Amino acid sequence: MKSVNHHSKLSRILYNSLTFLAVFLVSFSINAQDVDVERQKAGKKLFNANCASCHKLGKKSTGPDLAGVEERRENAWLKKWIRNNAELRASGDKDAIAIYEEYNQSNMTAFPQLTDQNIDDILYYTTVGNPPVPGEKNPLGPDAAINNSPSWLIWILALAIIVAFFIIASLLKTVSELKGAPKTPGLLGQASELWKGIKKNTFLHVLFVIFGALMTAYFLFGNLASIGVDEGYQPVQPIVFSHKIHAGDNKIECQYCHSAAKHSKHSGIPSLNVCMNCHKNISEVAEGTKVVLEDGGRVLGKTELDKEIAKIYEHVGWDAKELKYTGETKPIDWVRVHNLPDFAYFNHSQHVTVGGVKCQKCHGPVEEMEELYQHSPLTMGWCIDCHKATNVDLKGNEYYAKIHADLAKKYNVDKVTIAQLGGKECGKCHY
Amino acid sequence: MKSIKIIIASIIVTMFVSCNNKRKPQVQYMPDMYVSVPYDANGVYSAGGAVVNRAPVAGTISRNGVVAYDIPDTNAGYEKAKLELKNPLANNEKNLENGKKMYGIYCAVCHGAKGDGNGILPKREKFLGIPNYKDRDITEGSIYHVLMYGKNMMGSHSSQLTHTERWQVVQYVEKLRNELKK
Repeated sequence: MKSVNHHSKLSRILYNSLTFLAVFLVSFSINAQDVDVERQKAGKKLFNANCASCHKLGKKSTGPDLAGVEERRENAWLKKWIRNNAELRASGDKDAIAIYEEYNQSNMTAFPQLTDQNIDDILYYTTVGNPPVPGEKNPLGPDAAINNSPSWLIWILALAIIVAFFIIASLLKTVSELKGAPKTPGLLGQASELWKGIKKNTFLHVLFVIFGALMTAYFLFGNLASIGVDEGYQPVQPIVFSHKIHAGDNKIECQYCHSAAKHSKHSGIPSLNVCMNCHKNISEVAEGTKVVLEDGGRVLGKTELDKEIAKIYEHVGWDAKELKYTGETKPIDWVRVHNLPDFAYFNHSQHVTVGGVKCQKCHGPVEEMEELYQHSPLTMGWCIDCHKATNVDLKGNEYYAKIHADLAKKYNVDKVTIAQLGGKECGKCHY
Repeated sequence: MKSIKIIIASIIVTMFVSCNNKRKPQVQYMPDMYVSVPYDANGVYSAGGAVVNRAPVAGTISRNGVVAYDIPDTNAGYEKAKLELKNPLANNEKNLENGKKMYGIYCAVCHGAKGDGNGILPKREKFLGIPNYKDRDITEGSIYHVLMYGKNMMGSHSSQLTHTERWQVVQYVEKLRNELKK
């Protein structure tokens, strides 16, 4: 015990500061790591079920940003507001009225069913935020880097190897000739001798001419037949809109956006208010979303895709920070993919609503297309083929029952096809 | 003779090259019969550089005999619609059937096929907190009002559904709500 008394002043200071540092470190680590995971989970579940339709963490939505709301408001006030905000406003609470006015008088639903524990859990979640995602990986995936190297590089490498092979071969030949081997004609020399032989052979002449004529005819008619037929046409669009993400992954019905198809000649390019029905809320894509473009497999990750969503906001005039329309709009110059010539009449509603044809029947697997392309040739023969093969649905069509019966008798069939009903007449589509 | 050969060869080569570009449309034979002289319904700009797709002038009344919806998009308007607005359609199978079809296209993606707020978008956490119909105090008038103007994060669906279809959807939503409340 005696030695304690002999502690020098310096060692005491050192000891005190060490203790202080230890306490400080412990308290700091509590702040950073000791999150009550159970409460956080419970709070997140309640938040997503009750609050998330109007509130977000770290961003304004219909209502204010709730991240760190506990620091801004008192717990008792928050509970009163959440239970019944209309009552709180009626009682003349200035803060409550101010926030109501700030958010365009949108009525918040009352939540009398939430217990004190529930509300505390939700507030706890708004303070600590989301749990870290375990094992966050490169969003583009491991194969993204490989995909990014352009394909022409491989061809150049292959070419270089072949050239090197020839150089080595000629070098070896030169070396062996220098050593005294008999001189043989080079590769070019051999080829020219072969060519001389071929030129003299009449049979080969005839064969070559026939082959050439056939090839020319094949390519000539192939190209003539493709005039105006845009099967596989896949233009670059002003916004990288992925049908795969919207119609495939999120299973949004085709007609949600192309709502004109059911009543109109046109299927219609959706106006931007339809985009904004969802993108008012979704201003960025989920972590790990990617779109693979056709140009050499270029991959767009989250950063690029968020810019594509921002393009909608720019065109529709939406201020994503203030959540307000600015009124400055400009149209998007979409490139039309499917375009029938003006001399052919086609009506979407007749096929979609009356005929009940699935969109995919003509437009192909749109829900798998990152970039839309024309699946069908849209030629007249293609139309007629389907009209010949498809039976008319006679159910619920009593008005035409007599005509249908007469036609079935005339053609001696049970079911009348569209072609037999007049779907092959020139004037149906060309007038 | 040699120049003819070269010309033929170059034609064949250009044919090869030209048919492989899917980013460009094919050559059109007589393009004046392909491209319309009047403006295209799907086009961007019409004559004089004006935008094709424009909202009708304010106060426009459609020709199909439906009176314009004049309840304003305010809290007072919502309450008014909730109390006063009534469904003009008969409650029958035909209306319900089309209501179900339209609900499936325009609503189910968020509100779920049963109306319990468990559509695919909330499941994939694109939209959160979609309410169950049974938890909300809604009437046919208020449902129609919300379809017209949207509410909070829900946008207006008046451009995608016609007057009749909206009321058919309202009928189907009420049916779902009654089933959920059981």
